[in-house]
Formats: sequence, structure tokens, C-alpha cells
Amino acid sequence: MGVHEHKDLLEKLGVDVPRHAKMMEMGFESYKNQFMSQENRPEAMKYFNWFMSEMQGQRIAEINKLRENKKPAIGAFCIFVPEELIVAAGGACFGLCGGSPATIADAETELPRNICPLIKSAHGFKLQKTCAYTQSSDFIYGETTCEAKKKTWEILGKHHPVKVMNIPHMKREKDLKLWKEELVEFKEHLEEITEEKLSLEQMKEGVKIVNAKREALQRLDRLRSMNPDIIPISGKDGLFITQMGFLDDPIRYTQKVNELCDELEKRVEDKISVFEKQTPRLMVLGTPFAPPNWKLHTAVETSGGAIVNEESCIGHRYYKDNVDLDNVQDEDTLMQKLLDKYSAVDCACFTPNAPRIDKVLKMYKDRKLDGVIYYTLSFCHTYNVEAHLVTQALENEGIPCLVIESDYSPEDAGQIKTRVEAFLESISFKNKAKQFKQNQEK
Amino acid sequence: MFWGVDVGSTYTKICGLDENRNIIDTQVIPTIVNQDEIVKDYLKGKQIKMLVSTGYGRHMIEEVFSCPVISEINAHAKGAYNFLNSSDMVIDLGGQDSKIIKLDLSGGFTDFKMNDKCAAGTGRFLEIASNRMGLKMQEFSKIGFEATKELSISSMCAVFAESEVISLIAKKESAANICYAVHDSIASRLASMAKKFAINSENIIFTGGGALNPFLIHLLSKKLQKNIQPAKHPQLIGAIGAACAGYEVFD
Repeated sequence: MGVHEHKDLLEKLGVDVPRHAKMMEMGFESYKNQFMSQENRPEAMKYFNWFMSEMQGQRIAEINKLRENKKPAIGAFCIFVPEELIVAAGGACFGLCGGSPATIADAETELPRNICPLIKSAHGFKLQKTCAYTQSSDFIYGETTCEAKKKTWEILGKHHPVKVMNIPHMKREKDLKLWKEELVEFKEHLEEITEEKLSLEQMKEGVKIVNAKREALQRLDRLRSMNPDIIPISGKDGLFITQMGFLDDPIRYTQKVNELCDELEKRVEDKISVFEKQTPRLMVLGTPFAPPNWKLHTAVETSGGAIVNEESCIGHRYYKDNVDLDNVQDEDTLMQKLLDKYSAVDCACFTPNAPRIDKVLKMYKDRKLDGVIYYTLSFCHTYNVEAHLVTQALENEGIPCLVIESDYSPEDAGQIKTRVEAFLESISFKNKAKQFKQNQEK
Repeated sequence: MFWGVDVGSTYTKICGLDENRNIIDTQVIPTIVNQDEIVKDYLKGKQIKMLVSTGYGRHMIEEVFSCPVISEINAHAKGAYNFLNSSDMVIDLGGQDSKIIKLDLSGGFTDFKMNDKCAAGTGRFLEIASNRMGLKMQEFSKIGFEATKELSISSMCAVFAESEVISLIAKKESAANICYAVHDSIASRLASMAKKFAINSENIIFTGGGALNPFLIHLLSKKLQKNIQPAKHPQLIGAIGAACAGYEVFD
């Protein structure tokens, strides 16, 4: 475990070293139980096992090496943060810890109880000083996607440098104009850290690196979900790989994801599936799964179902679009192309958000899936309210859908499993009845 | 004998069927620690051709007996079908959860809804409120009929709702009127969950401990504008369904 080897550095960052080490040991233990015990895992998962053990060790050392050379290290909670520009400046962009119930009690000393667990968990990590990423951030880059987040930044700012990007909640011309200004301002924040101007060439290079990462993830998504008879990797592993994309070095990560995809391609050719034939294939919609929140995937994949796609921000929404570099000759055009990509994100913070529904229906049909789980974190109002319109659209198409609202506490794991099992039973029943009917008609 | 065991949050229910699918043995035991031992003791010396477990503690029984398990949604669907084969919908109010199940008229189900992790709108809240008022559940489930006012409790959380009950007590509202408010809040929750399925249902069966509560059934029928029929042995429906599932696969 890397946390022990890098003790001095962690101490220097202000990490509560003993508590942090204990948490990481427990986290790795839980990873071993939940992930490494899976049968028939791809060989290439070895790299991700290693990364899990070094996520708060060697990776933290790498990030701090960059910082020594005045490269920016920016912590974020949202996929609206333009990672391309941070990479362009030679720095690191990473998602901060926010998926554990272990820090929530601390956060509730400053935050109300009835806000989303992700924000409470993240704030708690700062108060406990048990996330080395948070401690390594030159600044935390917040955004205004929801009420709980934007008000929490004001309190988090007491403990750590925080800057906030104003994401508009509509996509009219005037809103997009403001958003573009925010992108330019973000670039200037980075230049304050590096003390030099970001050139157009550097920015294009940053875009290329992140585009390649997204392409690798799109490839993984296709391999997970586009072959109805073969699922070459578990949904839980798929989710974990996506989660690590928010932490790892983008160039190394892209290479490792592509190596994994080569192996998965071979698996598809050789008809090697990690699930039995007829296993119901599900897509999950809704709020993000910050590690170590693996609760839903565990419930589904220990109950006879498979998750082959996450539509969420730690999922398809993160990698679905690339930045178009064709004919980019000047900075203003580049900023416009970045804006085009980011404003195509169909987050529930936008009103209206109809493209999301069209996309979900299309994804479902393209992947020939068996059902959908709409998952929201408790008190996540944007996704929770939007569930009504999304599930209505699914219902009109006759798509089976289960809605689950949950936080990070383990107490409802049994109850969720019950509902998931029943949902899978009903899907299998319908599928068998459909097949039976078809056979009778032949 | 074909056995079904339903380990619920509040009670464990056991049901035994004979060769002709008749219910000949039933038992309801409070759920406590080491419940698997209690079930083992109960079944000791009895003939077991098949055993199926369901309910929140089903996997505990699965470990002890290596028996098959089914989800309680499935078990309630089968149990309701066994009770009345024309049932097309189940409303189940248990100790810690509530379920609405749309049936397919052949012992299976096509859709269901179940509460999230929250005790509001479950039997647990009825227990809390009756304890607060110092009334036995049997009495508490009837005196609402004598209410003279339609008071309401607006809180969506059982803990807040309990505070509302306390403040009604402090205002010297009558027990019957408070009882009305408590039942009305649960009936409203169940009704909003059940509405969509109820529109196209004719034979709605009420199961779980909640079905032992005549005033709740009365309010719910009124809200849904449907006739709601309590099942015979409502608490045992899950266990009966599990036993039936075992009976079906045994051939």
C-alpha cells in the first residue's frame, strides 16, 4: 500500500496520516472483497488493481512532483471543469473524494443533514483531512450546478482555496456567452499558478490528450454494451475503470484502457462472457457514483443482472462528446469548440433538458437492453425531479424501469437488493413469455 | 410438506402446505436475533419435502438450510394468487416497508413499487403513534371510525410526524381524531404509490400486518375509490407464496 511509503509527503500535505492509512486499508480490503473475488476478470484489470493500491500513494507523489514545477493541480466535483486546459498547462485535474459515508458525520457539524451525501462526504473529507487529492489541490474548482453545491463552496472556502465556475442553467445565446467567458477566466486562473501564458498549441495538445482518453472510454462502453450475447467485463469493473479516469494520469490511463479493450475485443471474438447467457442487461441513469460507492452495481451483479452502461457523469455523460479541433486557428475558436462540447452535456441542472430523454431512448435501443435503473442520491433534487419525465418517456416505450433513491449508508443494501431481485425476476419473466409467444407463433 | 418461511423486519412467518396445497401449519414469531435457530427449532422433526425462504432475512435461512429463495415481491404475488386467483393487484403494508404489486393473473407479477429507506408510510409509523397514545394496536386500528374532525399530519418523515402527534396530544385533541390523522397520512402515501396500478385493477388484495387494520382499509378504499379486500391470513401471504413456489418446482 502506497500510503505507507509516502508518509512524509502526506504529512507535509496536512493529511491526517494514521486515519487516512486506516481508511485506505479498509477501502482496499473492500475492493479486494468486491472486485478481486470476481471470477474470470480480464488480465488487464491487474493495472487497475495496482492503481487502486496506489491511488492515495504514488499517484499523489506524481501530482506533487508536477506542483514542484509550478504545474496546476486542480480538484473538482463536476465534469464541467475543462480538464483539457489543466492538461494543456502540464498539470493534473482530478475528482475529489466524495463517495464514502465515513466522513459524513464530520460534515454535518457544518452542513445540514438533508442535502446530498456526495457533497457532505466531500466536505467531510476536507474537515477530516483524509483525502490526499483534496490536500494536493492548488484550488478546488466548484461550480453552480445545484443549490447544495454552490452554497457549500462558501463554507468549504473557509478551509481550502476554492474558485467557482458559474454554469448557467439554460442554454440560450446569452447564457452560452457568459459560459464562454467563464472558460476564458478559468484559463487565466491556471496562468496565475504557472506564471506563464497558455499558448494555442499547448491548448490543442491538451485537447488531443483528453480526446484520446474519451475515445478509449467510448471504446470500452461499446465493448461492454454493444454485443447482446457477450459481456466481456463486469459492470462493476467498468464503473471502477471510469471512476479511476478522474484520478489517473490521462496518457497512461488511456494506454491502459486501450490495452484492456484489446483484450476485451479478443474476448468478444472468442465468445468469452463474464455473465451467463440471458442475463438481463441494464443501463443505469441518474446521479454519479463517486468511489467507493459501488452499492448498486454490487446489488445488481450479485442478483443475476449485469450493468452494461452508466449514463451518469461518472459514465457516458463524461466521455460521450469530443472537442472538435478541425480548423481551430485561434484561441477564440478553441474556446468556442470547448464550449460546444461542454454545453452538449445534458446535466439535470439545465432547464429544459429534453435532449437527455432522446439520448436515453436511443442508447437503450442501440444497445438492445432489457431494462433501466434510475438511480438518484437522496436529496439530489435535479435528478430526482427529472426522473418523472424520464421514466414517463421510458414507460411510453414499454421499457422496464426501476427507480431507486439511496444515500451512502449500508443499511438499505438489503432492501435495494430485494427490489433489484424482483425487478430482474419481472424482466426475465417478460423475456421468457415473449420468447414463448414467438415460438408458439412459428 | 412444503414450507415457506418469510423473515420480515418485525415478524417471521412460517407456512406449511400438504400434498394437496392446503395450508395446514402456520406460525407467526417476532423477529429477534438468531432467528435462523428459532426457525430450525420450529421445523425440527417435521417432514420437509421443500423449503423456500423469502423476506428481508431470506439469505440467513438460505445459509442454514441451503434452500432456494425468492424475493418478497414474487412471494406476495404467488400468495395473493393462491388466496384469490383473480387478484390483479396487491397492496402490502409491512413493519418497515410498503409494496404495491401489479399481478399478471397467473401467479406472477408485471410491475411493482416499493418505498425507499424511510419508515414514514409503513407499519412502523402506526406502531410509533399507537405507543405514543398508549393504545393497543387493536384498539388504535378501529377508533378512527369515531373521529369527529378530519385532522391531518403533513410531515413526510416518521420522526417529524411523531412530533405532530405529540403536539396534537398537547392540544387535547381526542384519541379518535388523532388516530384519524395518523391513518390518513399513511393512507395518502399508500394511495399515491398505488394510484397508477389501481386505475386498471378490479381485485385489489391487501396483505401484511396493515391488512389487520379495518380503518386503514376504509380510508384507502375511499382514496382510491376501489374496493380493497384484506387477504385471509394477511401476515402470512409472503410465507404462503414461498411455500407455493416450492410446491410448483417440486414436480
